[in-house]
Order: sequence, then C-alpha cells, then structure tokens
Amino acid sequence: MSAVVSPIRRPLITGNKTYHQITEDLISPTEKAPTRAWTIGLIISVAVLSYGVFCILWTIYVGIGSWNLNRTVNWGWDITNFVWWIGIGHAGTLISAILLLFRQKWRTGVNRAAEAMTIFAVMCAGLFPLIHMGRIWLAMFILPYPNTRGPLWPNFNSPLLWDVFAISTYLTVSLLFWYTGLVPDFATVRDRAKGMRRKIYNFLSFGWTGSAKHWQRWESLSLVLAGLSTPLVLSVHTIVSFDFATSVIPGWHTTIFPPYFVAGAVFSGFAMVLTLMIITRKLLKLEDYITVEHIESMNKVILVTGTIVGVAYLTELFIAWYSGYVYEQFAFFNRALGPYWWSYFGMMFCNVISPQLFWKKSWRRNITLTFLMSIFINIGMWFERFVIIATTLARDYLPSSWGLYSPSWVEIGIYIGTFGLFFTCYLIFTRVAPVVAVAEVKSVLKTGGNQYVGENATHKHHHEHH
Amino acid sequence: MANNHKEIVFGLYNDEEDLIRAVKEAKSAHLDIYDVFTPFPLHGLDPVLGLEESRLHIAGFIYGALGTLTAFLGMTWIFTKDWPNVFGGKPYWSVPAFIPITFELTVLFAAIGMTVTFYIINGLGPGVVNQHLDDRITDDKFCLAFDKGSVSEEKAVSLLKQTGAVEINHKTL
Repeated sequence: MSAVVSPIRRPLITGNKTYHQITEDLISPTEKAPTRAWTIGLIISVAVLSYGVFCILWTIYVGIGSWNLNRTVNWGWDITNFVWWIGIGHAGTLISAILLLFRQKWRTGVNRAAEAMTIFAVMCAGLFPLIHMGRIWLAMFILPYPNTRGPLWPNFNSPLLWDVFAISTYLTVSLLFWYTGLVPDFATVRDRAKGMRRKIYNFLSFGWTGSAKHWQRWESLSLVLAGLSTPLVLSVHTIVSFDFATSVIPGWHTTIFPPYFVAGAVFSGFAMVLTLMIITRKLLKLEDYITVEHIESMNKVILVTGTIVGVAYLTELFIAWYSGYVYEQFAFFNRALGPYWWSYFGMMFCNVISPQLFWKKSWRRNITLTFLMSIFINIGMWFERFVIIATTLARDYLPSSWGLYSPSWVEIGIYIGTFGLFFTCYLIFTRVAPVVAVAEVKSVLKTGGNQYVGENATHKHHHEHH
Repeated sequence: MANNHKEIVFGLYNDEEDLIRAVKEAKSAHLDIYDVFTPFPLHGLDPVLGLEESRLHIAGFIYGALGTLTAFLGMTWIFTKDWPNVFGGKPYWSVPAFIPITFELTVLFAAIGMTVTFYIINGLGPGVVNQHLDDRITDDKFCLAFDKGSVSEEKAVSLLKQTGAVEINHKTL
C-alpha cells in the first residue's frame, strides 16, 4: 500500500504514527501519575527486595554457615543464580549491539528495555560472588592495586579473577552504551517539561541540543560501542564457563562449555526479554512499537539458541560415552539418573523440547504461548545451571565424600530478593525513562513504519499520481 | 560577554527531506549555515552539510591500545618482577592466561575513553545547560539555523521561506 515500505517486510511500527505521535506515546508514560498496577508492583518488589537484603545481612552476620553448602557441594544456589542472572543479561547486549551491527531495524523497539534489563540482571548477578566471599568487607582484595600487604596481587591466571574483569567491564560498558542512547531521549522529556522537572531532565540529558555534528558523533560512538560490546558479551559468558571448564571436575572439564554457555545465555536472556516486554507493552500500551513482529523475531532467536543448547546437551552425552573415561561417563549418568534426575529432566523438557513448538509460525506469533514459553525457559535455564553445578559436585571421585545439597531458607531468600532488586529497578526505570528508544524509533519510521503520514510521505504522492 | 552573543535566525521544517533540500539550496547559494538540529540522526545529511567524518573511532582505537598495553605490561611486570609465583607448574610469564584480562581492559579503556571524549568535545555533560532554539526540535521539527553575524538576515529568511520552512524565528544565544 505504500511505496516507502518494502513489500516483503511487515511494518515495525503500526498505527499511522507521525513523529509527534511517537513522542506522545513514548514519553507520556513518564509524565502521568503512576498507575495502580505500577504502584502495587513496586510495593511488592520493594518488600521482596527488603527480605533479600535481610537474608544477605543475615549471611554476613552469621557467616556462610547459614547456607547449606557443605565440603562436597561447595557451590550451590549462589553460583547457580550468579550464572543464571549473568546469562539473562546477555540478551540486552545481543539486541543492542549485535543486531545494530547486522542492521536489524526491529531492535529499535526493544533495545532500550533490554539494555536496562541487562544492567539490572548483571547487578543481581554480581551480588552472589560478593556475598559468597563471606567477608564482603575485604572484597576490594580482588582488585589489583599497589597495596601495603607486601607485594601481593591477585592471581591473573585464575578464571575467577578473569570473571571479575569480565563482569565489571560488562556492567560498565553496558551502562555507558545505555546511557548514551538515553541522552537524546532525556532531552525530549526535558523539552516537554516545566519547572523542577525540566531542570532534572536537563541534568540527565547533559544539555543535549540535537546538533548535526553531535548526532554524527553519537552514531559513530554507538557503532563503536556496539562493535566493542559484541566480542565483550561473547567473552563474558565464555569466561563464566571457564570457571568450570578450566577445573578438573568430570562434567565441567569440557571444551564445549564456552559456545554452549553463550548460546544458553542468549536463550535465557531472550526469554526474560519476552517475559518483560509482553507485560510492559500491555501495561504501557506499546503494542504499536513492540509488535507481534518483534515477538516473532525474538522467538526465532529462542528457537535457534534453544536448539544449539539441545545439540550441546546431546554432544556432551555422546562425548562422555565416547571418551571411554569412566568418571566422565559416570558424571553424565549421574546427572540424568542420579539423585537430581528431576532437575535434569526439567532442563531437557524446558530448554530443548518446549522451544521446538516455535517451528510453527502461528505459535511463534501467539502472545499467550510465548509468555508461557518464556517462563518455562527461565526455569529450564535455571535448572541447567543447577544441574551443572550441584549434581556434578555432589558425586565426586570418592564415594566416601559424596554428599547432597538443598538450599537453606537464607539462600532461597537471597535468590527471591534478587527478583525484588531486579523488578524494583525495572519499575523505576519505566517511570523515569522512555522504555522504547524514541529517537531511534523515529529514525526507522519512514523505512519501517507502515503508514507514514507526514508532509512528504512518498506513498501519498504515489497515490496522487494514480 | 556581550560580544559572544549570537543573533540566530532559524527555520523549522516538518520533514527531514525538506530540511535536506534546504541545506542543499543554502550550500549552493553559498550561505554560511550556523547549525542544523534534528530530533534523530539523519542519514545523508552529513555529506550535504559538508561535515567531515568523525574521528572519534580513532580516539577509541588509541584508548583501546592503551588498555591492551596497560593490562599486558602490567601483568607481565607483576608476575615476572614484582611477585613471581608458580601457579600449577606454569611459567611465570604465562601469556595465554593473560589474554582474557588483556581483552577486557582493551574494551574497558576504549569504551570509557571514547564516551568521555564524546561528551567533552560536544560540550555536553552533567549539569551543562545549552540554550536551544526551540523545544520542538527534540520532538518533530527539523531546524536550519543561520548566524546573522555571517549571513544577511534577508537572504536567510528568503531561503527559509522558499524551501518551505513552516516557521521562521529569531533568537539570541
């Protein structure tokens, strides 16, 4: 129907938007009084967060003995949750960086919220190694700096220290990338505001004017940050997998870990993006910006990465058998049929079997099914990390030292508390900043919108000629 | 300070294509453009406006290289001179193990360096108040501005009118 839109692509922005309408739709949620749903959500999140803070303080006061870790299973829910949250963060960077490099225009609808999710998820993740140290007040010992402890440095050969660098770099770069994208949008909020609100948003917008040279540099910066973030995000989960893969524990000591962890991270991250986006688009009425097209695109990514994860699970099994190494064979036999068999089958069902539904187009485009699936995948990927960590440790080389592990109320409380942290941050974010990148959506309106109705809409002229 | 004030005459357009046409007209009439302001980055504007390619990525490369050197030389000095230790029977200078941290610091230095440079050269930052011409420029208006000090007001206004500016305003910055 219009000459500006490629006939083979479905529109990314629906509903006859003009530039001004986009501003109205995307900025007004930050201007109105909070809705009832938001307020209730925030109260619940803060309550859950407070309980998590209590459990963390309890851990610090009583010590790690308040957790059910034992000499055999010395990594449990803490590291499971750490890897799970880090993985969730990966989707944000994938959407904002890798899809920018591949010029995927649909990223503009979801990149802002996905990047915010990345930052909050990495914050939740970083908490676990810190409190697992036991003496959190000595946490700065992990940083290499000239110190009065003699010449005493951290071990740069240790994957745990690589993790420190990877995750702090990841958090920093994600924050810079996200905020640089927000600056022009904060300027839009500022220019609609009055009084104190205007002053606050001017502060947040860094005095942005929209000058041509600034935009040029902004695009250059975004592109380079995307180029840097792409290998960075792959390195982060690679290094997280090194925490396991460089050890000599059967079931951990495998070269398949880095690619399989990265695929799993993207898989779980997209599931969390979908969980959040399906709720956000409904509550903030963003159906014209986060369309079924976006959901379908993300479901395709889920199908691909879920299948990669499935192939990795099967490859692991095959290689364990083929290696002829009894300890490796036992590790995998134990995962599937040992005391934690239920988590193994939970993982297989949620991560490998259930995403296969998305081969069917109409199911990929079904919002209810997608929402349910995203929850399944979040659970399945948590099981995956639990399977890798706890079941492997519980059955080590010496049967006399075999143990079992289940979490204490403190560990459960801390995990639940991170949801409080995550949703508190996310809810505040939806009130303070536009959850869809306003300037970026405007920049794809003419090529990605369905019915651009501005002055120079090409299809209008097109119709006039006929 | 009074001498630093600029008398600006500017036109607002409803559509980016009108703006780009107007910039082309102004260039061919040899009118000195003060600046162009848009709500989003316009592709195809830079060559028309005669903006040179940004050199920000070169700065990024230099910051990145600095990060590489800091990490690699730092770890080399620490593990061969300051605190030589044997870890798992590996040599003191175990290069493969240094790669992950070297990579991370390269990215970290490049990203922080470039972002800070970006804000400094643009004159942007927390607490900065830049006067702007119109509030709707960050919404849906595309602005072409002339400095009355370097372009005669008549010529500027007639060009803005001819090229379809929907509003023509004056402002002192």
